[in-house]
Amino acid sequence: MRWINRTPGRAAALCLMLLPFAALFIAYALGSEARLAVNPQDKLLPAPSKIAETAGRLITTADRRSGEILFWNDTFASLQRLGLGVAIAAVTGLVTGLAIGLFPYVRAAASGFVSVLSMVPPLAVLPILFIVFGLGEVSKVALVVIGITPFLIRDLSQRVLDIPSELFVKAQTLGASSTVIALRVALPLVMPRLIQSVRLSLGPAWLFLIASEAIAADGGLGYRIFLVRRYLAMDVILTYVIWITLLAFLFDFALRRLSQRLYPWAGEDSL
Amino acid sequence: MSFVSVSGVFKSYGRRPVLEAVSLEVAEGEFISLVGASGCGKSTFLRMLLDEEQPTRGTILVDGMPLSGEPSQSRGIVFQRYSVFPHMSVRDNIVAATAFQTRFGWLTGADKRAARDAAAKTLERIGLGHVADQYPASLSGGMQQRLAIAQAMAARPRILLLDEPFGALDPGTRLAMHAFLQELRAETGMTVFMVTHDLEEGFKLGDRVLVFDKPRWDPQEPEAYGATITYDFDARDGGIPYQRLEEDTHVFKPR
Ligand SMILES: Nc1ncnc2c1ncn2[C@@H]1O[C@H](COP(=O)(O)OP(=O)(O)OP(=O)(O)O)[C@@H](O)[C@H]1O
Ligand SMILES: [Mg+2]
Repeated sequence: MRWINRTPGRAAALCLMLLPFAALFIAYALGSEARLAVNPQDKLLPAPSKIAETAGRLITTADRRSGEILFWNDTFASLQRLGLGVAIAAVTGLVTGLAIGLFPYVRAAASGFVSVLSMVPPLAVLPILFIVFGLGEVSKVALVVIGITPFLIRDLSQRVLDIPSELFVKAQTLGASSTVIALRVALPLVMPRLIQSVRLSLGPAWLFLIASEAIAADGGLGYRIFLVRRYLAMDVILTYVIWITLLAFLFDFALRRLSQRLYPWAGEDSL
Repeated sequence: MSFVSVSGVFKSYGRRPVLEAVSLEVAEGEFISLVGASGCGKSTFLRMLLDEEQPTRGTILVDGMPLSGEPSQSRGIVFQRYSVFPHMSVRDNIVAATAFQTRFGWLTGADKRAARDAAAKTLERIGLGHVADQYPASLSGGMQQRLAIAQAMAARPRILLLDEPFGALDPGTRLAMHAFLQELRAETGMTVFMVTHDLEEGFKLGDRVLVFDKPRWDPQEPEAYGATITYDFDARDGGIPYQRLEEDTHVFKPR
């Protein structure tokens, strides 16, 4: 039988899925052990048990000065920025994408501009954001928005253009106005795609968030990582990295589920 | 005065002619079958009747009036594919014919209930009552086309345009769809244009069968000339003209 036709069973698939995770863990554990054997003070690859211990301390112990648990404060601050930025970008992307995809006049005016805009490297404008909006929350949210909105606009407008023209013609023969076509045909048809695009842009969104927090903030997951880097606190950094990864994974999973729940007609291609 | 009047219509895409010198008079209530080789411009002709596209030259009048420049409610269409809204339930696809005429496309209160009741009746009639809450993707091809036709009819068009509506259906389903279409037509008396690749179907359903073909042909440059209507058959009475005055008893009728 050809290899392209062989599929693993349920149990085998599960084992295969866990395999790379296990391999990574073992490789890390071995590396860590080897280094600690040479130098017990080595900070570069802390033992997995040390990381677990640090993680336990971080999520339960309050800071001595403020009396608050910094880990949860950081998480809350970062998620607020990320959520706000992604929400603003999604709404902007959806509205602009629909307008560009549906109306030739808007398309003529905006699509060239958006393509050029999307070429601007967002991190290069970060200093401008800091100058304009100050070092507070606004500039961090703005970087996330600026970073992912052009992608969302382009993706969604393309998706509107990809809707079979038959559907628009049909809607017109049923007496639909432009507004009705936008609200009842184009909007629902691109909603699954919006969720998918947001899922794809969550990676870049985290990148921009952490970058802006690293440069100027007084709290947040990215801020903390770059702060403890000075003390070479690998156990703290790794705890935060694993936590961020877990959060990102959970968001992705939740959005996928949401899409399946809300748009059951969309089928497999939007998963 | 004929209902649909097409005179001297030319259509070219860029420098390439697709249709040339098409003229046609159709009375209200006639069923016109359009046949012809692939790519000769039948769909283009339908799109011009729909006003999705405009002739390069010539005029199309419906009820003595020129078309408005965009598709409207007076002409319904059923395509071979993508004819129903995939994101709406079967019932909502029918309700859409009413709802889409409102300002924002949504019905409320009594209007909504009335539209849903009417849709339920329609679906019961076309045998889709039991799948009213499903999405079109879960329907068979025949059911989807039945839904598409019912949806187009729900907007009460005066002209129904069908572009190979039964092309993807199996022979049995096709026969059922023919009966459904003939029934609808007897009821509403609407004018129908149907593109088909099945001559038998064209003659069975149509009052007239129009053949699109290229009257001139340049072997060096097959694209040099467009197609036009080369034959206009009277397809009534099983395609045997002049027989309706005779006594019916001795006439051979296929089918
Ligand atoms: N928008 C367009 N731009 C350029 N050429 C087009 C366009 N639409 C159709 N054509 C060309 O016009 C010709 C006629 O197309 P049309 O779809 O009307 O053919 P048809 O008779 O419906 O064929 P079929 O039986 O395969 O559906 C084709 O050669 C096609 O390539
Ligand atoms: Mg065609």
